[in-house]
Amino acid sequence: MSPGPAPIIVKLDGAEKHFGAVRALEGVDFSASAGECVGLVGHNGAGKSTLMQVLAGALAPDRGRITVAGAIQEHFSVTRAQKLGIRCVFQELSLCPNLSVAENARINHPSLRGMTWRRKAARLIAEKLDEIFPGHDIAASTIVRDLSIGRRQMVEVARAFTITQDPLDLVILDEPTSSLDAHTASQLLAFVRRFVAGGKSCVLISHLLGEVLKNADRIVVMRDGKVAAADAVSAFDRDSLVAVMGGAVRRANPALEGARPVQEGRALRIRARPARQGNGAELVAGEGEIVGLAGLSGHGQTDLLLAIFSAAGRHKAGIEVNAPVALVAGDRQSDGIFPQWSISENIGIRSLAKLRNGLLISPRREAELARVWQQRIHIRTPDMDHNILSLSGGNQQKVLFARALGSDARIVLMDDPMRGVDVGTKLEVYDLLREEARNGRTFLWYTSEIDELDNCDRVYVFRNGRIVAHLDRSDMTEEKVIQSSFSDAN
Amino acid sequence: MAPLREGARKAALGATASARLVRAWLPALSLGLVLVAIAYLNPRAISYFGFSLMLNLAIPIVLATIAQMFVITGNELDLSIGPFVGFVGCVTATWLNDAPWLGVAALVGAIGVYAALGALIYLRNLPSIVVTLGMSFVWQGLAILMLPKPGGKAPDWLVGIAGFTPPLVPLPIVAAVAIAAIVHFGLMRTSYGAILRGSGGNPTALARAGWSLLKTKVVLFALAGLFGVLSGMTLISITTSADANIGNGYTLLAIAGVILGGGEFVGGRVSPIGAVVGALTMALAASPLLTFMHIPPDWQVAANGAILIIVLAARALVSRRED
Repeated sequence: MSPGPAPIIVKLDGAEKHFGAVRALEGVDFSASAGECVGLVGHNGAGKSTLMQVLAGALAPDRGRITVAGAIQEHFSVTRAQKLGIRCVFQELSLCPNLSVAENARINHPSLRGMTWRRKAARLIAEKLDEIFPGHDIAASTIVRDLSIGRRQMVEVARAFTITQDPLDLVILDEPTSSLDAHTASQLLAFVRRFVAGGKSCVLISHLLGEVLKNADRIVVMRDGKVAAADAVSAFDRDSLVAVMGGAVRRANPALEGARPVQEGRALRIRARPARQGNGAELVAGEGEIVGLAGLSGHGQTDLLLAIFSAAGRHKAGIEVNAPVALVAGDRQSDGIFPQWSISENIGIRSLAKLRNGLLISPRREAELARVWQQRIHIRTPDMDHNILSLSGGNQQKVLFARALGSDARIVLMDDPMRGVDVGTKLEVYDLLREEARNGRTFLWYTSEIDELDNCDRVYVFRNGRIVAHLDRSDMTEEKVIQSSFSDAN
Repeated sequence: MAPLREGARKAALGATASARLVRAWLPALSLGLVLVAIAYLNPRAISYFGFSLMLNLAIPIVLATIAQMFVITGNELDLSIGPFVGFVGCVTATWLNDAPWLGVAALVGAIGVYAALGALIYLRNLPSIVVTLGMSFVWQGLAILMLPKPGGKAPDWLVGIAGFTPPLVPLPIVAAVAIAAIVHFGLMRTSYGAILRGSGGNPTALARAGWSLLKTKVVLFALAGLFGVLSGMTLISITTSADANIGNGYTLLAIAGVILGGGEFVGGRVSPIGAVVGALTMALAASPLLTFMHIPPDWQVAANGAILIIVLAARALVSRRED
């Protein structure tokens, strides 16, 4: 019936992108043709966002070739992508909150100029909103700051579909329904189907697998910076998607096979309920336990850790903390290290009371503490008095662990601390954590890497700020964790 | 349950809206309060002549405030606007009078320096507070070099413009309305004005849409330079002679005027009309009000600060309710 294959709008061959030691894309081939909606799924850090930014011209790949409408692109950029009819709705909201809805539309359309630009911009965005979300209540003159987050997302999506002088062939939607309610989400997805039926193309990135299975024509599954599977939607179902995303075989971890004491009879250290929990589920951690916090990133794990941290200082409703707390930050550059200070000073800051000599800090005791931890955690430096920035990233992270473990804290909160840390360092730290747990320390460990959950006694899975699953070590598998992280219950 | 929740949401929206309304009218409200206080203390001041006298020095403050507002639009701060106004004053009272072409070239060059500062701040990612603090000493030094002791003479044509007396409404009020209208149109109504404000609201989004942030920064700083020059010239048209320190108080007056007028330090939230009203409030509260209250000159600066703290605290309270 069809006169041959549909024309390919955009094609990516062997795209590679590295951020330092992190390999976000490792030779990815990808294409989107006219008249199809491509679903793109994968777990955290699988490389979806990087791939999308490369397609939209926001990131230049280290290696690989981009072809748009049959022409190889040498100097691809956002402006060039726009000219060629490729638009992208980025995940973090990219509206200017201080401008009106119409003025935000003007930002994406340089041709909206002259005396009547305000009226033209208002009409452009209002018509598109009417088309995608019939019955919406957004006025073009409203300042974006005054809109709810869901309405902002509606404006942002509608803006991506507005057309003035440049063509529009492909729209990349990154989690477009994350802030929409069920009704507006279905309006949007119905519009996407109409858009695609009109011979255009769409890339739909979503964590809601049901949404992708229902609306995509083809699904590309990414894993560890590579395309793990790509096929027509009919070739997949929920379970097979989950299996491809997470890998079927669970890595054996012999170091942990030894029996660990059961939880009964341990002193309770933490009892906490997420602010948005809604039901009775709560997080409980006892003395000497390593408790994992899992789920997709940004689903409330860090919020809960910070709430527990502040509850240690003063009373907070719904959270009970029975021992001193230390936090190991994940974003070490902004939340962790003091860049002007030496390694020793960075370690000692959490233990000042112990290091004090009268009103002053005793340099001798500070050096002593640093020396002990240099040996225990193997910080590779000729001199602990050197500046912290002289260390590699992995060793800087070790310093943050030393700061927490060297303190009097009996509870250590870890906010995805192994981000961008090399494998050798990780294994050393894992051993140390287990040893400290045997000595009675409690660890709450949020991690975005599923493999790390092998080190935990129990795991709580988070979704939308709530605990949705509590998995014991005996029945914890990677599939179960992914399954709960992607639970479509909204 | 659903309609109940809807009602609660509407009520919350209503509260936000009313807080926003209060906030939008707060600049006008504070100006009104100052005027009422003046009228109560000295009814004769509320007249054509009274306003001409009280607002005598208001227009240079209004222009300096607008200059500061452009810089704040791009999430920066200009600590050099006061000394810059003083420098422009010295150029106006010397070169512009004695050798007009040299004077014009110097003033245009000064605007160019402002534009270059914007480029420097953007390209080197420097904190504007540091750069402009450094520049404040440069302007001050240049002003002292040009006019080591008070003196000079304003060009006659400039004095002539300042001496114009329109019927019914005093010149400072006419000028303030005109400035507010022109800047409001330029920044709030034109298509590039939206881009300039957007560069303060969400620079990343703007860059992704293909706009040059270097250009927006340069334009905003150049506009600040332009209005700084206008401020210095109008100041000299009123005082008719110059002094190297004549503009030093303007830096804080200008910042206070912008904030009093409903602007925010970050986020591109500014209001030209509000800034003009804020500047007029500062001008009236700075001296006429306090004189009528029989506060001795020694205490006027302190009293000025107290008024500023009260008004800004009121604003902070309103903004908190809004969020």
